[in-house]
Amino acid sequence: MDFDLMISSFPKLLNATLITLKLLSVSLIVGLILGILFSIMRINKNPIINKFAYGYSYFFRGTPLLVQIFIIYFGLGQLEFIRSSFLWIFLKEPYWCAIIAFSLNTGAYTSEILRSAFETIKPGLIEAGKSLGIQSKIIFFKIQIPIAIRQSLPAYGNEIILMLKGTSLASTVTLMDLTGVAKYIISTTFKPIEVFIVAGGIYLFLTFLIHNFIKFLEKKYSF
Amino acid sequence: MNIIKKFSLGLLISLFLTISANADKIRIGTEGAYPPWNSKDASGKLIGFEVELAWTLCRYIRQQCEIVEQDWDGMIPALIMRKFDAIMAGMSITAERQKAISFSQGYADEVASLAVMKGSDLEGISTSEGINLTKKTGAVKKDLKTLTSALAGKTVCTQTATIHQNFLESGDVGKIKVRTYKTQDEVNLDLASGRCDVALAAAVAFTDYAEKSGKPVVLVGPTFSGGAFGNGVGVGIRKDDTELLKAFNKAIDKARKNGDISRIATKWFGFDASM
Repeated sequence: MDFDLMISSFPKLLNATLITLKLLSVSLIVGLILGILFSIMRINKNPIINKFAYGYSYFFRGTPLLVQIFIIYFGLGQLEFIRSSFLWIFLKEPYWCAIIAFSLNTGAYTSEILRSAFETIKPGLIEAGKSLGIQSKIIFFKIQIPIAIRQSLPAYGNEIILMLKGTSLASTVTLMDLTGVAKYIISTTFKPIEVFIVAGGIYLFLTFLIHNFIKFLEKKYSF
Repeated sequence: MNIIKKFSLGLLISLFLTISANADKIRIGTEGAYPPWNSKDASGKLIGFEVELAWTLCRYIRQQCEIVEQDWDGMIPALIMRKFDAIMAGMSITAERQKAISFSQGYADEVASLAVMKGSDLEGISTSEGINLTKKTGAVKKDLKTLTSALAGKTVCTQTATIHQNFLESGDVGKIKVRTYKTQDEVNLDLASGRCDVALAAAVAFTDYAEKSGKPVVLVGPTFSGGAFGNGVGVGIRKDDTELLKAFNKAIDKARKNGDISRIATKWFGFDASM
């Protein structure tokens, strides 16, 4: 075991963790917005809107994240009309390709988490609101959404942790995130165990933080 | 319960049998994604210069061989961890790698070159035909200077953990934006898509891609050798495996004398890259 290598690679890996966190936070924010939008579409009665949202979540939950990144990065890059369109400004950069793939992926899972949360709301609560003469719009925003968010916290915490580990795939499209830098150090030192232990430790610590933050939120908003 | 016991016992026995069956075979690791050195055909069979050469060398060593596929970036760790016994994967002999493993004598020369898509402004750069970085003469320094200003601000792509990456990061051509990929195939794809302004690899890797894909990839600048580019491509072997190293060196001698290496090299590269 080469402890010197573990110590000397630690600052480099910590630096790369910033990229990992950046990828994670941006895609979680975009994904949450997408998730809310699509979950509302999922509970809509109109079959076209409903089926469209279902198709989206079916596709992104049904294919591996790695395949999605490759389709967006290498696949779209092969198409001439994409390369000559304004989209290429974003798709040319591996960073944006990763963000797009991660956001769409976590958006699909988030929409399912929120949908199931909406469906667990007891009809009695909505009826109580209606019988008090509250507008259905206000019922939706003041009763349904807050309850759905609280209900989905444990499942959403899981999704954040899965997404954190998912960002390691960014290294496959040349991004130097935590995993990318770990692989780079290994390629010059030929010592995978030491470097992956340090990198794994950092992932574990981040998971610990996320887990406790969600637990804190669950306690704070319990009823 | 009984079924599970029987099943796991059977599994253990078959595992043991496969391990012992492989014990006297020489396992040779290759990447299978660096044509024409080593690649795979449509059916997934490993082919290429080194695959054919490996079988030839095994005949001279008079031992059974097995060719194992391994991702490039884990090649040396996999050798050290005994996933196989020898590397034949277009791996150049460099001082950095020799700290971790031994190399046989070189069997072929890899000529490195930059490549761009037709129409790039780098097409016009004028340098000498080839430069050797071992002796940094005035002419070499002048060419490096030309390259430094030509590559400034460009995205230069290359495969990870290669001599090409080492060269680009050595500072010989200034501080440039280097993007590294897991395989050469991916470098080629991004060169064609325009994400990479210029790429560095074995010249044959580009000419092979241009020929097979029909994409207008052209070589520019000088060919590189010496220095960070090492001293030819050899068989990588664990440091404590001196017997196997001797056997490979002898086999390469024989194969060279009988003209096997030149013949196989000419077949795959279109020219004699043997050494």
